[in-house]
Amino acid sequence: MKRLEVKLAGFGGQGIILAGQIIGQAAVLFDQKNAVLTQSYGPESRGGACSADLVISEEEILHPLVIKPQVMVVMSQEAHDRYASELAEGGMLLADADLVPLLARRTKKRALLAIPATRLAEEVGRRIVANMVMLGSFTALTGAISVEAMKRSILSLVPKGTEGLNLQAFERGYECGKRLAADRRERSIEAEA
Amino acid sequence: MGRKKSPVSEGILKGEFFMSGDIACAEGALSAGCRFFAGYPITPATEIAERMAERMPQLGGVYIQMEDEIASMNAVLGASWGGLRAMTATSGPGFSLMMENLGLGIMTETPCVLVNVQRGGPSTGLPTLVGQGDMMQARWGTHGVYEIIALSPSSPQEFFDLTVRAFNLAEKYRIPVLVMADEVVGHMTERVVIPEEVPYFPRRKPNFPPGDYSSFQPGEDLIPPMANAGEGYHIHVTGLTHDERGYPVTDEITQERLVRRLVEKIRGYKKDIIILEEKGVEGAEVVVCSYGISARVGLWAVELARREGIKAGMLRLLTVWPFPQERIREVASKVKAFVVPEINYGQIALEVERSTGGRAEVIPISHMGGGLYEPEDILKAIRKAAR
Repeated sequence: MKRLEVKLAGFGGQGIILAGQIIGQAAVLFDQKNAVLTQSYGPESRGGACSADLVISEEEILHPLVIKPQVMVVMSQEAHDRYASELAEGGMLLADADLVPLLARRTKKRALLAIPATRLAEEVGRRIVANMVMLGSFTALTGAISVEAMKRSILSLVPKGTEGLNLQAFERGYECGKRLAADRRERSIEAEA
Repeated sequence: MGRKKSPVSEGILKGEFFMSGDIACAEGALSAGCRFFAGYPITPATEIAERMAERMPQLGGVYIQMEDEIASMNAVLGASWGGLRAMTATSGPGFSLMMENLGLGIMTETPCVLVNVQRGGPSTGLPTLVGQGDMMQARWGTHGVYEIIALSPSSPQEFFDLTVRAFNLAEKYRIPVLVMADEVVGHMTERVVIPEEVPYFPRRKPNFPPGDYSSFQPGEDLIPPMANAGEGYHIHVTGLTHDERGYPVTDEITQERLVRRLVEKIRGYKKDIIILEEKGVEGAEVVVCSYGISARVGLWAVELARREGIKAGMLRLLTVWPFPQERIREVASKVKAFVVPEINYGQIALEVERSTGGRAEVIPISHMGGGLYEPEDILKAIRKAAR
């Protein structure tokens, strides 16, 4: 795999940085890839804009910062409005449908996918695990990290006693992502036909 | 560097981690035997203090949050004379406050480590964003005539490794050692492998009875053995110019003898102190010379240049002070130009220029801070220099 740049964005308290750590650790410790995580956040610990940037590669990562993300995961309208235009050509944006009601206009070159993450998180018990739903969809849609590595990484980083809830949320997101991926394949076959 | 085993290994992390640079620095210090941290939290170095506050009690060490950075540096010096491996960590404004007592550490030949995770300055500047503007302050920030040792990591792994090295150099040469990191290296999270065992250079203790001991009587190697306070030896420690017993003698002859030795004990061992990483320097026409996070982006630019057929090489400074002027001069006679990217307005570029003695062109690439170069910025300069 060549250099893949990923940006996760939302507001403080949603577990955006944790999501970044889970992907990065999964890549490095369990998938034997290289990954660099950088983050930016405001002075607020909750509610302020926050983002986690990841570079994942099988090669040595020289420039550690995200320059033009190929994958974007947004969990607030503000994050979507601020970053959506930075998405690389051929890139993919995953948005929490409940938190990002107004998606940018779809174009041929960029896939914009709405994941009902908050709703699915509520279905498994608590909306706080919406970030895990997004991670599940991310895993299914990008194939950048193995499911096994993601699960191991989640287990080692979420608070003790919440492992089941978090994994369940991840699974729901993964299933949703798989369905979306299948839909996209069908549509592209139709377009070719 | 000594290969002795660190005396304490219980509670020290081992293995592979996905870890930020700041945390890796703290763990490196603990692996190197550091058991005293005094500091004052400041972004982007806070995570080092935070980690130390958590870890020191687990390892029987001491963590103190001091009232400010002046006191922090002083506490570190005191702890070192008490026999502990001691450190502090700060950023720009705190580094400025530590300058006076850094000088005290140099004058009293006190082994300790001072980490600066650089952010954009001057003044409060950019608390959460990157800078490399303190490189000359590291060299000349405290007053008077002296030499200093400063190391610069380009990754969390290297932040770990160079923190270990800093402790060993501090003991070996009896001097405060600076680790000049930057916000990107401090805050980025990456693979860090902590080995079973790290190099350990123990304190140079006197090998004679207390009656014969003078705290500043150097051996032939110019470095005096160091008895800790409370071990029965008579010690006297002052920032004033002092004789071999440590007593103030403020005259020209004593100053000449003492300060010349403080300088020579570093200059004379540059071969042991300096480490450089060279990639494709032999046969290169253009060499990028850089350090810290800038070097990492620089290396990418070098690879892009090579793909275009330009003979480009990389000379990375892991040790920034003392400056490797001999090697730069050697390389200068074989290349057209050095390109020196750094996140300031040309500090190490000036040192490179001085070292070339006019044998090669030196092209500084400046960035005022708050972000990184894109490789293209450096590549353009390489292309121009190669023409």
